[in-house]
Amino acid sequence: MTKNSLILHCAILVSGIVAPLLFPGLVFQFAMLWIMILFALTWDVLGGQMGYNSLGNILFFGFGMYICAITQIGMFYDVGKYTAAFGAIKVDFTDQQYYLGLALGLVFAALASVVVAAVLSWVLFGLRGPYFAIGTLGAALAAAELTGSWNYVGGGGGISMPVFPGEPGARSLFFYSLCMLLTIVCYLFLRWLYQTRFGMALNAIRDDEDKAEAMGLHTNRYKMMAWSISAFFLGIVGGLFGNMTGFIEPMEVAYPTLTFGIFMVAMTLLGGKGTLWGPIIGAVLFHVLKEVTWTYLLGWQYVALGLLIIVNVVYFQQGIMGWMQEKWPERFGLVVDRAPGGAAPEDAQ
Amino acid sequence: MQQSFQGNAVARALVFGAALGVATLAGTSAYAKVEGDKIILGSAISITGKYSQEGKNARDGYDLAVKMVNDQGGVTVGGKAYKLEVKYYDDESTPARTAQLLERLINQDGIKYVLGPYSSGTTKAAAPVTEKYKIPMVEAEGASRSLFTQGYRYMFAALSTSEQYLSSAIDLAAEVAEKNGKKAGDVKVAMAFENDPFSLDVRAGVLDQMKKYGMKAVIDDKLPRDLSDMTATMTKIKALKPDMLVVSGHTKGATTATRQLNEMNIAVPLVAFTHCESADLVEKFKKGAEDILCPTQWAETLSYKDPVFGTAIQYNTLFLKTYKDYETVPYQAAQGSAAVLIWADAFKRAQSFDTEKLRDTLAATDLDTFYGHIKFGPAGNNISKPMVLRQIQDGKYNVVAPSKWASHKLVYPRAAK
Amino acid sequence: MLDNFQILVAAPVFNVQLLLNGVLVGAVFALAAYGLALVWGVTNVKNLAQGDFVMLGGYLGYELAKHGIHPLVTVIPVAVLMYAFGWIVYKLVISRVIQRELFTSLLATFGLAIVMQQSMNLIFGPEVRTAESGFNTRELFDGLVTVTDIRMISFVLCGVLALVLVLFMKRSRMGQAIRATAQDARAARVMGVDTERVYAFTFSLNAAICGVAGVLISMIWVLQPFYGIAYSVRAFVIVTAAGLGNLPGVIVMALGLGAIEQYSGFVLGAQFQQATVVGLLVLVLVWRRLLLQRHRQALQ
Repeated sequence: MTKNSLILHCAILVSGIVAPLLFPGLVFQFAMLWIMILFALTWDVLGGQMGYNSLGNILFFGFGMYICAITQIGMFYDVGKYTAAFGAIKVDFTDQQYYLGLALGLVFAALASVVVAAVLSWVLFGLRGPYFAIGTLGAALAAAELTGSWNYVGGGGGISMPVFPGEPGARSLFFYSLCMLLTIVCYLFLRWLYQTRFGMALNAIRDDEDKAEAMGLHTNRYKMMAWSISAFFLGIVGGLFGNMTGFIEPMEVAYPTLTFGIFMVAMTLLGGKGTLWGPIIGAVLFHVLKEVTWTYLLGWQYVALGLLIIVNVVYFQQGIMGWMQEKWPERFGLVVDRAPGGAAPEDAQ
Repeated sequence: MQQSFQGNAVARALVFGAALGVATLAGTSAYAKVEGDKIILGSAISITGKYSQEGKNARDGYDLAVKMVNDQGGVTVGGKAYKLEVKYYDDESTPARTAQLLERLINQDGIKYVLGPYSSGTTKAAAPVTEKYKIPMVEAEGASRSLFTQGYRYMFAALSTSEQYLSSAIDLAAEVAEKNGKKAGDVKVAMAFENDPFSLDVRAGVLDQMKKYGMKAVIDDKLPRDLSDMTATMTKIKALKPDMLVVSGHTKGATTATRQLNEMNIAVPLVAFTHCESADLVEKFKKGAEDILCPTQWAETLSYKDPVFGTAIQYNTLFLKTYKDYETVPYQAAQGSAAVLIWADAFKRAQSFDTEKLRDTLAATDLDTFYGHIKFGPAGNNISKPMVLRQIQDGKYNVVAPSKWASHKLVYPRAAK
Repeated sequence: MLDNFQILVAAPVFNVQLLLNGVLVGAVFALAAYGLALVWGVTNVKNLAQGDFVMLGGYLGYELAKHGIHPLVTVIPVAVLMYAFGWIVYKLVISRVIQRELFTSLLATFGLAIVMQQSMNLIFGPEVRTAESGFNTRELFDGLVTVTDIRMISFVLCGVLALVLVLFMKRSRMGQAIRATAQDARAARVMGVDTERVYAFTFSLNAAICGVAGVLISMIWVLQPFYGIAYSVRAFVIVTAAGLGNLPGVIVMALGLGAIEQYSGFVLGAQFQQATVVGLLVLVLVWRRLLLQRHRQALQ
């Protein structure tokens, strides 16, 4: 680690700790920022590093959210009664019940998401290119419908989450710390992972899957593990987000395919996919811009989002990191061979 | 691409971004609960997304009441007159956004008095936040019954809860059956409810009422969020010939059901839909909308009044004059206005800006408004205002039940159109 | 669920009703799917905004019909308007992603879908809209089965349109150029075909076809700014199952899909009507994967 990067890491860590204390009113926003960074980081594992563009990663987010909720409530009460639309029982959780439930809930959320990722990957990874993107989109939409038709968890009526026992300020800080911790762990893990043989294998799959396979890589195994890693973190953050929102339901909160699901992709592309820092920069820029401008765009914000995606993929596909690498390749330790004509189109089917 | 990390370029971009963000976000916290001679209420409401129409109705209702209260001298607290003002955020019709925006209103903008969002789902997300911060919220657009089983202390609702929407239609069906010499228990009901918090609650109310009479549900379909076709359900209705059809699926449910019921020449003696008014059934289907029953929280023909707006009819006229883009006044707007009146009344009686004191004052509200009488039960729901059932007769909405409020006779049975 | 099944067995006449409703509306799905297959085959762009083109067409027709034009007549101006719209979209967005990585075009059209949905929501409002054809309903089997005239008319119209398109592709110069480009764009260029023009024409033609489908949908079902995705998914299911360049396959799949939706709505409940389509999408993709696997094994 160079001196510069050490300073940067420390600076981010310190500001991550200091920011919520300095601006107590913004804690929820900061927590969302960490979540957005995590979204982008986990999307990039497949989308950027491995070249498999998923439009349905939000599936694990929602799945984790529901598993966590079911665990939290189901450990002490009957979930079916708790979520019944009429005459729903009112429940109180003691401090111990709450924290134990949350901890176990997050653990189960992570594990269950990994299992789902493993099963789904068996089905979906046979699909290449756009078929994979459409297939994952279909899976996410189907998951929302399935959860919505499951009466035990309240169907479309949703679940009111157990209430955090501490003070309101403590609640924000509590979830903020968990989000930050999770994102940092995820970052460090991926940073390490991308430098291992595993990371190389992912890149090999992206560059030419058939050749990678011919070289003796068990591509299916790598694909499954890569998606499980994404699912692991997304499952946990889903559980956290469910508790932060306080009320979950399948269509808008748990499986928001057209908001969070597409933000993941947009943020990563904005920052530059296939790089470690691209998703982070993209997420920070996107979230800050969004929160600052969103309310002034009254109504037109999603039109702006769509335009951003179009402009991004059409004119600025390399993203910010890619652009910086092109501009100052030396700083990134890249050897440049400026051949005329540039790179060939990656895919022509 | 294997890249070794080089901090400089990235660091600059990141620090710049963060600085920009913090500066801008921090800059917005200029609002406080009371500013000069203004009392600032806050609300996250649907400006975009699937509820944007209803959200607009509610917002227009809020704004009209704020304007009227201010025009009549505002709210006097401690001898000083204050004007009301509402700070809005757009919740994009999703509960995922509501909690964030409520935090933002309370923490960043320092709002201490909250007006509710539109829809039960978003209100379910808002209530835990206001509850945590002990900020009182008067809501007028979240009717789900489960909102009032959680023991929330700081939430007060101007409207009747959603299980009452169609349960009076079931009473009506029983009444009609007995009048025609049949047993109420023999009434066969076909149900189609959207799979969302509001409609599932309406369904629960209907089921409960049906159980009371021993009625049977012959069809119990759930409608998807993006409903565009109900012919399969209609075919079932054709096969099973129920005595009554009840549908709750916001405007899309009312529209689709009306059209396809008529297209397939199906005669169901009693037909009741929620959201007829916002679906513009009369304008869209003319004769085809005749004899449909529609529950409403409020009707301009009811004999309520208050000092700010006058009678319900006067409110109706004023609203249509102020907002030219409406044909009729949606009840969502009326209850929005009522929520503002409740706040104004609470400030007047409490003579204080203290949230605890205001909460207690709100809990003791006993207020006549053009929208109906307001009195909160221990759970915060309005227990003194009934829902009424209107029937579309010759293109007009006429109150036909409950009998205390009925101005017209029920047209029965409804023939195929 | 079992009860519903029993109805169908005990009173088979209701099968006729379901099949009729499904097949007649399936013809409209076929239009959107054919347009998707056309663009896919020629430009290799998988248009995720397909359903939103359908919705936009419907809204344009709805707005025109407000000025006293019969909704059915609006298909002509709508087709023209949508053709122009498609051409603009092609020039602004599609032409720039055509030669790029496939995910680029997929994501660009996804962005386009978002822009279109949200703009329609702001312009036309989020409420469902319906255009009234004012036509009658016919009764068969003593009123147990009903068919609306508008469905019959739209079915015939779809058939005529399909026939015209087939003839156009076979006979006209442009049609031949389109087919040549689909087979081998490079070779077509070498032979003097202006492929850029072919691409632009194909995409605009697709928009026009979607526009017609939208007008028909507005008279049969309903319009809503966010319902486009359902039609996109349907089109993808149909095309992936039928394969490219297989017009009979597309028609059979589309009509079949319409009927399947009706049956699942009847037997499982209305909530599953569209969920079935999403489920089918995943199934069809998996099925294709298995085919591919067998193909690969055969190669080994």
